[in-house]
Amino acid sequence: MAGDCCVPGGNVMILACSGGSNVGQLSNRAAVELTQEGIGKMFCLAGIGGQLSGFVQSARDVPQMVVIDGCSMACAKASLENAQIPMKTYMVLTDLGIDKNKDLNLKPEDVLKVKEAIKGALSGE
Amino acid sequence: MHIKVLGPGCKKCHETDKVVREAVAEAGSDATVEYVTDIAEIAKHGIFSTPAVIVDGSAKCVGKVPSKADVKGWLGK
Repeated sequence: MAGDCCVPGGNVMILACSGGSNVGQLSNRAAVELTQEGIGKMFCLAGIGGQLSGFVQSARDVPQMVVIDGCSMACAKASLENAQIPMKTYMVLTDLGIDKNKDLNLKPEDVLKVKEAIKGALSGE
Repeated sequence: MHIKVLGPGCKKCHETDKVVREAVAEAGSDATVEYVTDIAEIAKHGIFSTPAVIVDGSAKCVGKVPSKADVKGWLGK
């Protein structure tokens, strides 16, 4: 966090639904790996859902953001809407052709597919 | 009213502290201003980046330098 101080262009905020299904956990895994690769920085969606002011204001003020929902329940999107935070880049993983199930053993090819889709969406902003 | 300026000490953080203090003085407010550089203390506020301004515990601005007009608005001036 503090290391970003005065860095031009800021950072990409990554918000994942991190839900209890394969696609929810794919959103989480992709967010973690993209953070580790320096593409952006994962941030706490739960803090936004809890309407804690530091989290909410951070999401309002960040210049670039990607919100990742696993499925069309769109819990991450709803959390942002409830906090009146404008949506920027948005992605639903079942829209990528990944079926939702309860198998939490993630397939490496699915993780890669999600990461590439997110990178593509960000570069298209 | 208590205002915290959060930032480890870079140029933008110093600028934010300066803007906040000048706005408070110009508004004739009795708000106190605290410049917080301790990383652990900053992290407690759940912010994504610095500088940030916290007014009576509520985050008002994150990752950018506010204008004096912004600050005066938070002061109710």
